[in-house]
Amino acid sequence: MSVLLEARNLCKRYGAATVVDGVSFAIAPGECLGIIGPNGAGKTTTIRICLGLTAPDEGSVQFQPGDGAAPLAMPQDALAIKAQLGVVTQFDSLDPDFSCAENLRVFGRYFGLDGAVMDRRIPALLDFAALRAKADARPAELSGGMRRRLSLARALVNDPRLLLLDEPTTGLDPQARHLMWERLQQLLQQGKSILLTTHFMDEAERLCSRLLVLDHGRKIAEGAPRALIAEHLEREVVEAYGSGAPALAHDARLRPLAARVEVSGETVFFYTPDARPLLQALAERGHQHTLHRHANLEDLFLKLTGRQIREDA
Amino acid sequence: MSSPPTSGLWRAPDLSLRWWPVFLRNFLVWRKLAIPSLIGNIAEPLMWLVAFGYGMGALVGELTVDGQKMPYLLFLASGAICMSVMNAASFEALYSAFSRMHVQKTWDGIMNAPVTLDNVVLAEMLWAAFKATFTATAILGVILALSISHSPKLIIVWGVLVLVGMMFSSIALIFNALAPGYDFFTYYFTLVLTPMMFLSGVFFPREQLPWVVRVATEWLPLTTAVELVRPLFMDQWPAHPLRLGLVLLATTVLAYWVALALTRRRFRA
Repeated sequence: MSVLLEARNLCKRYGAATVVDGVSFAIAPGECLGIIGPNGAGKTTTIRICLGLTAPDEGSVQFQPGDGAAPLAMPQDALAIKAQLGVVTQFDSLDPDFSCAENLRVFGRYFGLDGAVMDRRIPALLDFAALRAKADARPAELSGGMRRRLSLARALVNDPRLLLLDEPTTGLDPQARHLMWERLQQLLQQGKSILLTTHFMDEAERLCSRLLVLDHGRKIAEGAPRALIAEHLEREVVEAYGSGAPALAHDARLRPLAARVEVSGETVFFYTPDARPLLQALAERGHQHTLHRHANLEDLFLKLTGRQIREDA
Repeated sequence: MSSPPTSGLWRAPDLSLRWWPVFLRNFLVWRKLAIPSLIGNIAEPLMWLVAFGYGMGALVGELTVDGQKMPYLLFLASGAICMSVMNAASFEALYSAFSRMHVQKTWDGIMNAPVTLDNVVLAEMLWAAFKATFTATAILGVILALSISHSPKLIIVWGVLVLVGMMFSSIALIFNALAPGYDFFTYYFTLVLTPMMFLSGVFFPREQLPWVVRVATEWLPLTTAVELVRPLFMDQWPAHPLRLGLVLLATTVLAYWVALALTRRRFRA
């Protein structure tokens, strides 16, 4: 596999706390790698290390430049690497005093792009962000989805080879989220690579060709979304909810029909390779409220990182 | 590699021409508000000069500075312009820079592009100095319009005030780097700038001060600025131009370096 960015054995400690602990990964050209994990798992710190904003205590980040030259390393070659990166952070840093078009023009200057280049790029970037009609509007006049798309367009001013996106759709409504996904898929089709963190498992499953699951700063799983699900989970899930549901978890007739049973609040999750006998038994028992579905990434995430709320996060 | 060569907080500034787009960004924002800002910049010194210069000047008449008689209005104008430069540079490098650094996260956005923190801090320093220079220019315009001074050396005053602006911008950026929030700047204004305003010979000659205070205030940045600028207003040369110039320059470089190191520490998460 040809590699665009490679992180080796990243470690970052703050005092006694180790927030990133021996994380390694690589991103190929045209690939979308997702980093998922609970709050405080080390996702943002990992991205910051890749950006050269946080210096790792151990480990290295290498970037393969487009012209086939020798690999560049963070943080020594930070400026040369950043010239080929696009970044969208969790909290937008758009200039509130500039219009959409001015935001793009001003940001292009930080990459040394002159007026003539930006004159050509700005209309295309605004079209891509579906913001052509808002070219002269200021960020405060935009919706959350529009602001995020403007941040994405801004990250594209330098025609980057790799995009780093930290929770790109957090806080967006479904329409805005779907439009964002569509745009990110377009970028992948153009051959750009994406490294993204997310809390949305449907987003991870839809966009990412490969996933990295982090918890307590450590990599606990890595692979393609479907392959990870197949590796760690039974194929099917039956959720039983409603009155009397928690007692079902201890039912001697139901129990052997599931490979694994979990209770969360008033809902019981039966994990099984074949749900038919279980559904039949539930029906015979007269339990009305069931949901039968395939195991998904959310199940995997909860299995690997636990269902409990992280009080410290 | 546990400690890359670029990790020391006090390493030499790593500067390039990439400070320019950051400076230009601030300029373009300010341009949208330049006209109201120009009015404020002219109105405030005008009020000072009318109220204190003409009002108080009528009571005080003339004073003797370094054996030279000068009208109080001229004495005040030459000190107040230094004070205005100090205030303009400090406001911009504290409140406005802090907004960009901490509240709007403008600096974070910029540093995702190939621009170093060193260049961002340099750009903020030069930008605050530019705004101070703008203020100085407006006041010099008022001084010429009111015929307070006709010294041809006012052109040198302008150059000195550019450097004075850079010095106070750099000092203010030290406190910007340390600030947990806007409230912190109140301390800087009330505990540092206000005493300096009264003890640096802006409103009355420092010879009036007790001996101990006079010696202690000799090396204040604002004293240095006033001692360089005042004789030029009277079409004369400062007593120690080289010494004062060097103090101004050294304070600026040192303060920028300290501000940079502390800002690096702030951003080294």
